[in-house]
Amino acid sequence: MSAPGALGNVALEPLDAALASLRDLLEDTEYPTVKRWRADGGKVVGHFQVYFPEEIAHAAGLLPLKIHGAPIEPRQAEARFGSYLCSIVKTSLELALSGHVELDLFVTHPICDAARNLAAVWGRNVDYPCEILYLPQNANSPQAVDYLRHEYDRLRRVIETIAGRAVTDDDLQRSIGVFNENRRLLRELYAIRRDRPWLLAADEAYVLMAIGGAIPREEHNALLQTLLPQVEQRTARPQDRLRVVFEGGFCEQPPLDLLRTIAQSCYVVDDDLLIGLRWITTDVSAMGDPLHNLANAYLEHSSYSPVQHDLRKPKERMLLERIRSSGAGAAIVTAAKMCEPGLDEQVAYARALDEAHVPYFVSEFEENMTSFEHLQIQLETFVENVLFT
Amino acid sequence: MTPHSPNGIVGRGVTAGASLFRDWFDRLTAAGHANHPTAYVFVMGSLAELLRVFDFELSFPEINSLQTAVRRVAHEYLNEAEDYGYSPDICGYVKADVAVQLRKGAHPMGTLPPPSLAVATNACNTYVKWAEIWERLYHIPVFTLDVPGTRRAGGQTWPGNPDFSADCAYVAAQLQELIALCEHVTDKHFDIDRLREVLGHANAMTAAWRRVIALNRHEPAVFGALTDGTVYLGVANGLRGTPEGRRYFDDLVEEMEHKAAHGLGTIDAEKHRLVFVGVPCYPIFRRFNEMFSEWGGVFVNSTYLWFASGGADLGFEYDLSRPLESLAEGVLISVRHAMDSMFHQDRAIAEILEPFHVDGVVYHPIKSCRTVSTGLADSRRALMARTDIPSLFIESDMMDKRVVSEAQLKNRIDAFFEGLDSRNARRV
Repeated sequence: MSAPGALGNVALEPLDAALASLRDLLEDTEYPTVKRWRADGGKVVGHFQVYFPEEIAHAAGLLPLKIHGAPIEPRQAEARFGSYLCSIVKTSLELALSGHVELDLFVTHPICDAARNLAAVWGRNVDYPCEILYLPQNANSPQAVDYLRHEYDRLRRVIETIAGRAVTDDDLQRSIGVFNENRRLLRELYAIRRDRPWLLAADEAYVLMAIGGAIPREEHNALLQTLLPQVEQRTARPQDRLRVVFEGGFCEQPPLDLLRTIAQSCYVVDDDLLIGLRWITTDVSAMGDPLHNLANAYLEHSSYSPVQHDLRKPKERMLLERIRSSGAGAAIVTAAKMCEPGLDEQVAYARALDEAHVPYFVSEFEENMTSFEHLQIQLETFVENVLFT
Repeated sequence: MTPHSPNGIVGRGVTAGASLFRDWFDRLTAAGHANHPTAYVFVMGSLAELLRVFDFELSFPEINSLQTAVRRVAHEYLNEAEDYGYSPDICGYVKADVAVQLRKGAHPMGTLPPPSLAVATNACNTYVKWAEIWERLYHIPVFTLDVPGTRRAGGQTWPGNPDFSADCAYVAAQLQELIALCEHVTDKHFDIDRLREVLGHANAMTAAWRRVIALNRHEPAVFGALTDGTVYLGVANGLRGTPEGRRYFDDLVEEMEHKAAHGLGTIDAEKHRLVFVGVPCYPIFRRFNEMFSEWGGVFVNSTYLWFASGGADLGFEYDLSRPLESLAEGVLISVRHAMDSMFHQDRAIAEILEPFHVDGVVYHPIKSCRTVSTGLADSRRALMARTDIPSLFIESDMMDKRVVSEAQLKNRIDAFFEGLDSRNARRV
């Protein structure tokens, strides 16, 4: 790894210590990695869940920062919203209002009825630009790629204004290369979880992945290149645990302690946590028009989530495929409290899992929940039922 | 409500609207019996203009659902959907419709036919999730019409701007795809002259809708935006692009102009002119309005009349010499306006305060609808920072009476009017 950047010397630490440091960094609501970036004169594009073409911000020399809520009390944000909302929209705004993070541009997406309000709400409360990036919601239209290519070009123009410099196709090609490497490393990380889940608990894998949303992607690549081989060298042995897929973490994130609770009785062999970081499932072509390639990859080579309607990707069929391909024996089907797309999907998932005779555990979570005992007991009962009946 | 005048004009809009509604539901029932193609559509971006060319009957599940609340049976439907697995924390419209489908269309106003096709715009994300339910239940084609909205406050683009052209090309291409789908579903060829005819009726209705809303600048107000306005809105949506709808709105304009000319108000003693922001409280629809009218409060305008008309209040009229291109532009501009009426309405409300002689603004976020409700508290803060207009913020629901506390609402509303009265007294 090169000179200490936003991460400091974390990658130089032994694996367990590095994971602990990453966890601390991830839970630090003062966003020290972002502050270090800003201290060096860098600018930051905050982008709300689920997917954002980070390559475009990266190509302009900006830090794309994944905004996915935080374990904080939304004291100021609470007054800006109504009562019946998920936590993530409130705590994300709180990050900005109470100065936890300083942004130069905020971008949200029309992923759900709450999130699509965010650009307007943020825009009335901060003095930097706040935008919606209209990712296509008719994924099956032959015109969708061209439309998205233009939308990305519009975003490029906005970002050029923030950066004070042009973003060339060569810049974009280089950034695509960096992110292709990142996606490759994340696939490697998930392959370990799938093939040898005893080497890496769900919460450990999560911090390794999630920190990438808050640091320069080159640093994340270097971190994964250093730590993944160490994970492979762990000597842990397989235990008698249920292999499960965790579904429902595409937007609001469960607390790390919830993942750790699950990891005590299950091997989480695949999930949709921060799926936007892994939305594109293959390398993006480095040849030709980079914006077209990014648009094409978003639509044609991508994962699934409850907030995208694509006739080619019925969500329940995709979940069954995720379960099959990861060799899971059961699913944990969660939704964040008040998350309408997640709650809607739970019904379809449950019916599909019933038909496929796949055992599943249904729950709701909130990013700020602090008590896990009840969940642990219920989950252990579920696991015992599956393993021993 | 003012009694009917001897010439039969006053009150005609409400009674004729109710009658048209009954006829419409009778047609839907008949469509089910005859296996006539029915399209499930939504009020924001219904694409009625295009679907009528193929003679679809149109079913608006939002309207169907709110009818269960107005008729005070919504709880039966909500309970049934929750028993099926749907969460208490999702849209009540969706759940009522799920129960209607589980009951094979049984509805207080008739028997609703199953869909042959569903068209959902992205104006509300729940539309798309809702259509997925029908996709799973009936295995029908679901068409998501994606209409890009305003990217940042005040950042709308217009014809001549390359960004507008890109958005419009996307919408136009989707319309072509929808036409092909309709041809497939109905086995009918697209007829552009028929489209021209439907667009002509829609133009007349849009112009009338704008005129009706504008006539409420008169003092006293000629209609209640929350009560009468909801009836007019139903016809504007359900009969959009039809000769019956056009006649209805011609008559409605005549009625409103008559009332304005003769100083006839919608309540006996108008004291406070209010704007309503949000979605009505259908479980106690009449009572909710009475809590305001008892104090002399009348709603003279409402964001509901804007977004739930699919943005028709903006007044976009189609160019009949190039119907398809103009339809794409109109859908883009009108649906975008509907979305702006939900997300960026603070500016528009500030602009109508003076011409509509507004004394107060009532914000009514509801549990069921995050699209409309998420930003209302912040929007209210913005309006308060910009003007000194009094405002009230009350929460309930459009479907679920478990979330409607009439006593609490009344306390808050009474306190609001006491404040308004004392403010007026100080002014005097």
